[in-house]
Amino acid sequence: MSDKVPITLKINGCAHAISVEPRRTLADAIREDCGQTGTHIGCEHGVCGACTVIVDGAPMRSCLMFAVQADGKNIRTVEGLADGDTLHPMQQAFMDNHALQCGFCTPGFLMLAIGVLEREPDMSDDDLLDVLSSNLCRCTGYQNIVKAVRAAAKEMRK
Amino acid sequence: MSGEKYIGRSVPRLEDRPLLRGEGRFAADINFAEQWTMRVVRSPVAHGKIESIDAGAALALPGGHAVWTYKDIAHIPPIGFRLTGLASLEPYRQTVLAKDVVRYVGEPVAVVFADDPYVAEDAAELVELTITHRPAVLNAAEPTAEFAPGLTTEPDVVRKSYGNVDAAFRNAHAVVSLDLSVGRHTGVPLETRGAIARLNGDVLEMHGAAKVPHWNRDRLALMLALDPTQVHLFEGHVGGGFGIRGELYPEDVLVCAAALAFERPIKWIEDRREHLIAANHSRQQRHRIRAAIDADGRILGIDNEFFHDNGAYMRTHAATVPDLAAAMLPGPYRVPAYRAAGHIRLTNKTPCGTYRAPGRYESTFVRERLLDAIAEKIGVDKVEIRRRNLLTKAAMPHALGIDTLGTHIVYDSGDYALLLDKALQLADWDDLQRDAQKRRAAGELAGAGVAMFVEKSGLGPFDDVRITVKESGIEVVTGNASVGQGIETVVAQVCAEGLGVDYRDITVVHGQTNRIARGMGAFASRVTVMCGEATRQAAAKLRDAILNSAAELMQTEPAALAIRGRGVVRADGTGPSMPLASLAGLSAEATFQTTHMVYPYGVHIAAVRVDAETGAVAIERYAIAYDIGRAVNPMLVEGQIAGGLAQGVGGALYEEFLYNESGEPLSVTFADYLMPTAREVPTSQILLTEDAPSPLNPLGLKGAGEGGTNPVGAAIASAVDDALQRPGKVTQLPLTPQRVKELLKRR
Repeated sequence: MSDKVPITLKINGCAHAISVEPRRTLADAIREDCGQTGTHIGCEHGVCGACTVIVDGAPMRSCLMFAVQADGKNIRTVEGLADGDTLHPMQQAFMDNHALQCGFCTPGFLMLAIGVLEREPDMSDDDLLDVLSSNLCRCTGYQNIVKAVRAAAKEMRK
Repeated sequence: MSGEKYIGRSVPRLEDRPLLRGEGRFAADINFAEQWTMRVVRSPVAHGKIESIDAGAALALPGGHAVWTYKDIAHIPPIGFRLTGLASLEPYRQTVLAKDVVRYVGEPVAVVFADDPYVAEDAAELVELTITHRPAVLNAAEPTAEFAPGLTTEPDVVRKSYGNVDAAFRNAHAVVSLDLSVGRHTGVPLETRGAIARLNGDVLEMHGAAKVPHWNRDRLALMLALDPTQVHLFEGHVGGGFGIRGELYPEDVLVCAAALAFERPIKWIEDRREHLIAANHSRQQRHRIRAAIDADGRILGIDNEFFHDNGAYMRTHAATVPDLAAAMLPGPYRVPAYRAAGHIRLTNKTPCGTYRAPGRYESTFVRERLLDAIAEKIGVDKVEIRRRNLLTKAAMPHALGIDTLGTHIVYDSGDYALLLDKALQLADWDDLQRDAQKRRAAGELAGAGVAMFVEKSGLGPFDDVRITVKESGIEVVTGNASVGQGIETVVAQVCAEGLGVDYRDITVVHGQTNRIARGMGAFASRVTVMCGEATRQAAAKLRDAILNSAAELMQTEPAALAIRGRGVVRADGTGPSMPLASLAGLSAEATFQTTHMVYPYGVHIAAVRVDAETGAVAIERYAIAYDIGRAVNPMLVEGQIAGGLAQGVGGALYEEFLYNESGEPLSVTFADYLMPTAREVPTSQILLTEDAPSPLNPLGLKGAGEGGTNPVGAAIASAVDDALQRPGKVTQLPLTPQRVKELLKRR
C-alpha cells in the first residue's frame, strides 16, 4: 500500500519508535506494533468504546484515530493504571462492585471513566451516567459499572 | 467438615485481576511467528448462483498468498449438529465455503490468505464475484419455497403434545387466540469471533476456542480426517458467549484446514460488520396460539403453532431453539392438554443458533401475552389470572409429559405462588398500580406488567473434574468452559469448602482439551450445577486422600486431622502440622452424571412510561424475583441476572436485524443494531430466593445464566399494554418507537 512513516508513540511514559502506514489505526499500532494488547477492539467504528485510551488527557476512541495523529502525544492505556500490585481506585472499585464479567469492555470503561473524572472530578451522577452511556458492555447490564465508577469517583476526590 | 464456608458467599472473583490490568489473553491477542491472516470474502447477495470467482487481482497483490474457494475444500464435509440433530435437517447443513449457490448476505464464498490484516482486507476486496440473483425468501410464515431441487424451505416440523387438546377446545367456555411475533436479534458479545490455528509438531492446535472445546475438537478431527488425539483446542479469555460464541463455525474449520495445508499459523479475527451478518442470529418466530379456558379463566388446553425463521442453513444447534420453544411454553401453569407444531423454516438470512434463554424468551412472551389476554377475556386482574393457573407446590415434582434436549421435562421443585407474592411485595405492586392510575388520569401513559417463567438448567449428561495437590496450591481441571461468567471463582468456592483451603489458592483450568479427555462445555446454564457437583465429589475424595496420607506421615488417625489453609493440622489444634505442598501429586477425580435438568423459576415486574410524542418506552422500575435453589456466589448470580436483563431489554425495545426486500441486511453496525447503554437499562431490584433447592444434587443447585433474560419481553409488553390501556395491543417485539407510535395511532 502506501509508504510507512516513522513515528513515536509515548504509551504509559514509555516511547515506542515504530514505523506505520498512514492508514494504520492507533488501536492497531498500540496492540500490534507496541504489544500493549490490553486495549481491545470491539467495533472499529467508534461506537462501542472498548478501544478507549487517554490521549493528552482526554479519552479517545483509538479505532477512530490514525497512529500518525498520535505521534509524540502522551497516551495512557489500561496497562499503566496499576502501581505495581496496587490497583488504581477505579480498578479496585470495578473488582469490589463486580463491575466486570468477561472483561473485554473493561479497559475501555476504565480509561473512559478515569479520563473524564480526572478532568471533572465533581461530575454529577447524572452526567456520569451520560458519559458511561458512550461505551457498550454486553455482560453486566451496567448497574455495577455505574456503582463502581461512582464509588471510585469518591475515592479519587480524596 | 473443616475450614471456612465458601458456598453462599459473595467473595471477589478470581478472574478479575488480570482482566482489570489489561493482561487478558483474548483471541486477537494471540500471535505466532510467520502467521498469515485469513480474510473471508462474503456473499453480497441474499440468494443467487455463483457464476464465477476471479482471484487474479487478489493474488497479484504483494503480500497476498492464496485464495480458496469451494473446490479447494470440497473434501471437507458440512458442519454437523451438536444438539437436537434430526436426519431430516442434514441436507440443509452449511459447507464451510459456498458451493454453487449463496443463500445469505455474509455467506463465506472464498478466503484470502495474506501477510497481515490490512493486506488481507485489500486482497479480499479484489476478489471478483459474479453471482446471478435469485428471489430471496424472507418471511418464514409464508408458503414454502424451494431450498434446492427436491427440498422445500420447511425441512421439518417439531411436534410435541400431551392430553386431549381437541376435547379441551370442544368443552371450552371460551377460546382466546393471538398472533404474536418476536424479532430477530442475537447475543453480540463485545469480543468478535476469532480463531488461530497452527501445527505444533504433529498436533493441530486451535486457539480462541470457547464454549464447547471438546465437541469442536472431535468434530474438527472428523471433518479434517485427523485422529482426535492430533487436535487440541485452547480457550483463552473469552469476551462473552451468550450461546452464539464457541459453536463450530465455517471460519474455525477454514483456519484449521489452512494451517494443515500451508503448514504455517493462520489467524482470523472477525470484524463487527462480519459478526452482525455471519455469527448466529436467533429468536425470530411467529406464533399463532390458542387457549381453551373455563368460565374462571382456568386453562383447559393450549394449541401452539409457530414458524421459526432459522435463516439460510441448519447450523450446529439444528432444531434446538424451536424444540425448546415448543417444550417450555407451558411454563409455571397447569396446562392439562397441550399441542405444539413448530415449523422450522429456512429463509435467505444469516443462519441461527441459540441465544441466552433460547426458545424461552420467545415462548414466555407468547404464553404471558396469552395469560394477559385470558385475564382480559374473563375480566380479572392479571395477577389473579396467574394465581388461578399456577402449578402448586404440592404438584412438585411435576412431569410435563414431553421431552427436550434428550431429557424428560420434570420440574424438580418450586413454589411458584410464594415467589409471586414475594415479587409483588418487592415491586410494591399495589402502589405501582395506584401510581400508574393516578398518572394516567393526569394524561401520562404509565403502566405496569408482570411475567412468570420456568427456566431449565444443569443439562447433563456428565461432567468430569480432577483435583490435584500441586506445590503451588490446588489445581482443578474441568472440561467446562468460561465465557466470562465466573466459573473459576464458583468452582474454587465449591472446592475450597470441600477441602478446607482458601479459595484463592485454587487454580481452575478449563477449556483445554489437552488437559482432560472429555468435557461438555458451557451452555444451557449447566456449569455451576454439573461442574459444581462434580467438584464437590472430587474435593471430598481428595480430602480423604490427603488426610489418609497425612495421618500415616503424622502417625495419627485421619479423623484427628483437618485441612486448614495450606496445611494439614491436628483438629484439636495441638501438635505438629504439615504443608499440603508436601503431598503434591495427590489427586482425585469425580464424574457427576444426570439424566434430568433442574428448573429454576422467576417473576419479573416492569413499570414503564410511554412517550406519546416519540413512542419511546422508558423503564422506570424493574423488579426480579428468582429462585436459584442455592446460590454459590450470590453476587455473581445477581450479576448474571442484571446482565441478562439488559439483553432482554435489548430484544424488547431496541435490537432487531432488519432486511430490505431483496434480502440485504440493514443492521450491520452498532449505529443501526442498537444495544442498550447505561442510559436505557434500568436499575433493577433483584431478590434471590432459595425456597426450592433442587432435589437432584446434594447442594440443591440450579442455574443462573438465563433467568435475567427469559421473560423481559413479556413483562415489558404487559407494561406497555397497561400504559396504553389497550390490553392485547402489543403483539410484536421489539417495541421500537415506530411500532409504539403505530399502536398509539390505533388507540
